[in-house]
Amino acid sequence: MVTISSWGRLERSTHDVRSLSNQISIIHQLQDSDVGIPFGMGRSYGDVCLNPNGVLWKTTNLNRFISFNNKTGCLVCEAGVLLRDIQRLFIPRGWMLPTTPGTQWVTLGGAIANDVHGKNHHVEGSFGNHIKRIQLARTEGLIIECSPSLLPEWFSATIGGLGLTGVITLAEIQLKKTLGPWLDTETISFTHLNEFFQLADDSEPDWEHTVSWIDCLSKQTTRGIFMRGNGSDSDHSQSVRPHDQKLTVPLTPPISLINKLTLRSFNSTYFNLKKRHAGKKIMHYEPFFYPLDNVKNWNRIYGPKGFFQYQSVVPRKVGNDAIQAMLQEVARSGNGSFLAVLKTFGSRQSLGMLSFPQEGVTLALDFPNKGEETQRLFQRLDAIVIQAGGRIYLAKDARMPKAMFESGYPRFSEFIKYRDPGISSAMSRRLMGS
Amino acid sequence: MEKHKKIVIIGATSAIAEHCARLWVDASPVHLILVGRNTAKLEKISDDLSVRSPLSIIDTQEANFIDPHLIGQLVDNIATKGRIDLALIAHGSLPDQSECQNNLTTSHAALTINATSPVLFAEAIAKHMQEENHGTLAIISSVAGERGRKSNYVYGSAKGLITRYAQGLQHRFANTGVKVIIIKPGPTDTPMTMHLQQEKGSLADVNVVSQLIVKGILQGKPVIYAPHKWSLIMFVIRCMPQFLFNKMDI
Repeated sequence: MVTISSWGRLERSTHDVRSLSNQISIIHQLQDSDVGIPFGMGRSYGDVCLNPNGVLWKTTNLNRFISFNNKTGCLVCEAGVLLRDIQRLFIPRGWMLPTTPGTQWVTLGGAIANDVHGKNHHVEGSFGNHIKRIQLARTEGLIIECSPSLLPEWFSATIGGLGLTGVITLAEIQLKKTLGPWLDTETISFTHLNEFFQLADDSEPDWEHTVSWIDCLSKQTTRGIFMRGNGSDSDHSQSVRPHDQKLTVPLTPPISLINKLTLRSFNSTYFNLKKRHAGKKIMHYEPFFYPLDNVKNWNRIYGPKGFFQYQSVVPRKVGNDAIQAMLQEVARSGNGSFLAVLKTFGSRQSLGMLSFPQEGVTLALDFPNKGEETQRLFQRLDAIVIQAGGRIYLAKDARMPKAMFESGYPRFSEFIKYRDPGISSAMSRRLMGS
Repeated sequence: MEKHKKIVIIGATSAIAEHCARLWVDASPVHLILVGRNTAKLEKISDDLSVRSPLSIIDTQEANFIDPHLIGQLVDNIATKGRIDLALIAHGSLPDQSECQNNLTTSHAALTINATSPVLFAEAIAKHMQEENHGTLAIISSVAGERGRKSNYVYGSAKGLITRYAQGLQHRFANTGVKVIIIKPGPTDTPMTMHLQQEKGSLADVNVVSQLIVKGILQGKPVIYAPHKWSLIMFVIRCMPQFLFNKMDI
């Protein structure tokens, strides 16, 4: 038994970890096993990847490439391949992931099972929009192959299906042409939420990537930093890729370093620093897409009790009011968030029955775990999200009430038909009853 | 175009060997000859390496690992098609010690695959490298071969034989164009050690181990401990007086 926690480090529990090592023996491994859940890099924040005192099927050794077509950009590989490996191998050849989340330390299977999204959602939709085929291994011994045209209902259940429809063993993904590893970027500061929406509207037609950080503790209005970027054809061959993981948080501090004493000055310093360096510059894709990947174990800064991430999406027409209301609740509670991220989602429909993205605006907030106090804040935020007709991102959730899940994910009743009876996670038991 | 470096890997489906192969093709296009017992597994590895390095030439070769005559023939065949720059002998299997004690057939199989077979391959390759006065021959032994202990001495004795054998080769090829390298990995997280559940936390990452091996081979180190800490740990274990050693439950 091995102690495992997810990225939020809220709970440390023992698991029977079994490495799935090759395509040939997976079915036997699954059939010989107690109820388990597939586990990749453990980068989801809550309990979606956990099965306390039960089995985890580790997929990171399923990391072989199978084929790549250099003319079409079609890549077939095993589910444990890291997004980082795909980016590093194919960007020099002129192809890249069509969309990517904020860390590249995740497996392909995990990215599909959580239908992750990125800074270019308004252009490319979510990760599942680019998957052409999935192979699933079921615990009863079946191998199921599905795609948007072959067993489309299985495909739709598995995209964003939280690993519950079977173990994703391999997938085919359509890569996208790229000019190289560089991006033309621009950073703009704003001092009001309306300004953010204006910037988002103005940027979306011409900029592929947009995202913004906000200072949720600033007093009267919402100030923040808006970042946008486009692939660049500039030749920076003299520059080299930034070094790997220069910084690390070597140990877990006894208390959260993000607290009432530090946060206001953190946020202020960050805002002013970014504001001073605002403007256009050429950036390598790694610091642009994955700024936190450079700080190893950054999740430790929240101390031994871990942290929650609260990421919601609300429809655009009520977005301004709902986001404003949430930020006011956060400011009032004094439990600010350092990594507060705001981003508009475009209209491209996600394919998964339990996919998170929907047209609107998404807000992601981090909170150190302070027990009851934090839970009370979440209840107030939940009320705003429910009223706005929004939902919470399952990859980050560790606490949403069952009723909120059912109202936020109306296709849930359709989804359960495709569940593998031999697969269960702490989250599925919490939200789906088994 | 510069001629590809020719690398032969015996036991190419072993996890450490596969990760070394990835590092070699990542560095520059090479000509790899993957020798193993299972064609289906070899093909999967070959496909993966071809995607990683389209300019590399990847050949696979299913082989008998026991029969001295067939081993000799296989190596002759490979060597006559062009001289070998680097050979990595990587195969092995970790038997259950108590099973070895209760079943002589298990002991025999473990000694054959972990000791006799690698020696035969190495000897066959060494002959060709001597003729060419060129090449690096790297053999994966293990820290388990440093001192016999009750929990795995059949495997350990086979690996100890590999270490002594490779030392002999090093002596034979001293001051020639042939280099012999002994690799001693510590317990590594691979399919071979999958059943060592309780030790999972202390197993080394196969990526890290392979990086140290590839780097050590490039530097031409005569002995590579991977991870390095095992060099110190095994020094202490070797020096420990018998009465103390006997008190340890290892």
